[in-house]
Amino acid sequence: MPELTYREAVRDALVEAMRADEDVFIMGEDIAEMGGSMAVTQGLLDEFGPERVRNTPISEMAIVGAGIGAAMAGMRPVVEIMYEDFLTLSLEQIVNQAAKHRFMSGGQVKVPLTIRTQGGAGWSPGAQHAQQLEAWLVHIPGLKVVYPSTPEDVRGLLWSSIYDENPVVFFEHRLLYPVKGEVPEKLEPIPLGKARTIREGTDVTVIAMGPLVHRALEAAIAAEEEGISVEIIDPRTLQPLDEDALVESVKKTNRVVVAHEAVTRMGFGAEVAAVLQYKAFDYLDAPIERVGAKFAPLAFAPVMEQFIVPHAEDVLEAIKRTVGK
Amino acid sequence: MAKVEKKRALTEESLREFLREMLLIRRFEEKVEERFRAGDLPGFLHVAIGQEAVAVGVCQAMDEGDVFASTHRAHGHTLARGTHPNAVMAELYGKIEGCCHGYGGSMHLYDVERGNMGANAVIGGGLPAVTGAGLAFKLRDEPRVAVAFFGDGATNIGTFHESLNLAQLWKTKTVFVCENNHWAESTPGWQHSPVWDDMSKRALAYDMRSIKVDGQDVQAVYEAAHEALDFARSGEGPVFVDVETFRMHGHYIGDPQVYRTKEDRQEAADQDPITKLRDRLGVSDDEFESLDAEANEIVEAALEFAQNGTDPQPEDALKNVYA
Repeated sequence: MPELTYREAVRDALVEAMRADEDVFIMGEDIAEMGGSMAVTQGLLDEFGPERVRNTPISEMAIVGAGIGAAMAGMRPVVEIMYEDFLTLSLEQIVNQAAKHRFMSGGQVKVPLTIRTQGGAGWSPGAQHAQQLEAWLVHIPGLKVVYPSTPEDVRGLLWSSIYDENPVVFFEHRLLYPVKGEVPEKLEPIPLGKARTIREGTDVTVIAMGPLVHRALEAAIAAEEEGISVEIIDPRTLQPLDEDALVESVKKTNRVVVAHEAVTRMGFGAEVAAVLQYKAFDYLDAPIERVGAKFAPLAFAPVMEQFIVPHAEDVLEAIKRTVGK
Repeated sequence: MAKVEKKRALTEESLREFLREMLLIRRFEEKVEERFRAGDLPGFLHVAIGQEAVAVGVCQAMDEGDVFASTHRAHGHTLARGTHPNAVMAELYGKIEGCCHGYGGSMHLYDVERGNMGANAVIGGGLPAVTGAGLAFKLRDEPRVAVAFFGDGATNIGTFHESLNLAQLWKTKTVFVCENNHWAESTPGWQHSPVWDDMSKRALAYDMRSIKVDGQDVQAVYEAAHEALDFARSGEGPVFVDVETFRMHGHYIGDPQVYRTKEDRQEAADQDPITKLRDRLGVSDDEFESLDAEANEIVEAALEFAQNGTDPQPEDALKNVYA
């Protein structure tokens, strides 16, 4: 199987969709000549031209809103919000408009819009360029929310998001862009709402998202040395959530750690914990552990930033707590 | 409602048809006021009494395939674009026979078949989507135009500025219809905008073509809208239509309008677009009474239709969340 970086895999999905379908076009800040602030859309202007690879003004409401209108008019726009912190600027359009048109119209309207964005700590961008806000969007009925962690997943899920008939908020992580992984020769769509078992194990299930999938893998290897067998599940799609896959795993391991880079409080892990205590209460042998960022904005100084965000050691410690070690 | 065939050169017959439609919208909204005050209607409601010429003039100038987004004051636009009064009234009653099957209500009227992309209860909320629809029409080389209705109050919100800038920059097939009724809820124009008496300055800031028009003169609105639509349709760029109009009633039904002087209300009443058109056409009392009776009959039928409509099942609330 060929290898792609996460960045190349995102690009590949965009290119494939744009080649296949004239109705797919992309717009966002600095995505054309510059190729995007994360170099994801490099080369797309050359292949598809400025009509379909559209640099926008710094206007997050209009970027998302114009995407909504084009989607309602029958196209499949993919818009990019440069940093997920800037989703806050477009939130009215996402929450009140994109998520609700179908419902308010009594089913007359479709909004097949994909909103790509990225974020993540680890390079000291400070408090306004690295937040993880995925949980906010999961709270809104009408939106789908995707957060892939591997090149194969990001490619297959982006394709499915573009071809979904609903608005999808698609989260990428900055530190994952250079990560390489094997991908199928030909793009294989991955259905939204299906979790992936990253690693099988018998003692503890770690439900991890984004970069924490990779941190959890490190933790699992370390735990193995201490005789703890760790299963890792990546939900990949937060809405809809593959609850069955999570429950099945917990029935086998009886112990759970939920891990994400977002702030722990009210993070997506809180929802996962609530679902599992309800659906798998009798199978739980230990309190559900939550791993996430400490309750502070992301600090600039690297030592402070690193103190705030979770690491493999934090996942490992949580794993050990669940087994009483 | 019948679409007036002949464009630009409006015959007296066409203008009489406009009068009929404006009268229908007026009587419809008066009935809505009455039923709301009687406690029949859930939610809260905003009427556009005094602004009927804008709805009829613009909607009659639109072509089949054109789309529009409306505001919280949407009954007139929706009726003028041809949605059956029964379907609108049933929606206000929250019935499944309503144009959104009870999911939308007065502030969220949609009728996709007739180009209604949705009425928006967030000021300026629909403007980016109309820009995007105009972009799609341009990219697909379709001879269609997307029209945004909004009020003077909306010209102060970010979506307005981002949308005008983007539309002009990309020359989208969009027409922005600013219904300047001089009130943002209870706040008068002079308190909310430095250019409240000349909204076209807003367009000027984006190098956008604008047309100023008397919104109480339905023929003038029709002609201005036609010119704007033609221009946008040609792909040359969007147009801002600066419509001077008057809100004869309060912001919402039941609004005591304590913020408004008697003189101001009288000034608005003196600008009644229906009286103006009636006088201009020299419609006799008898003829007017018969037009009025006709409108009332349609409204009464719509009311009966709505009151006898079917309530949705409570659990229908979980449908239509996703496509």
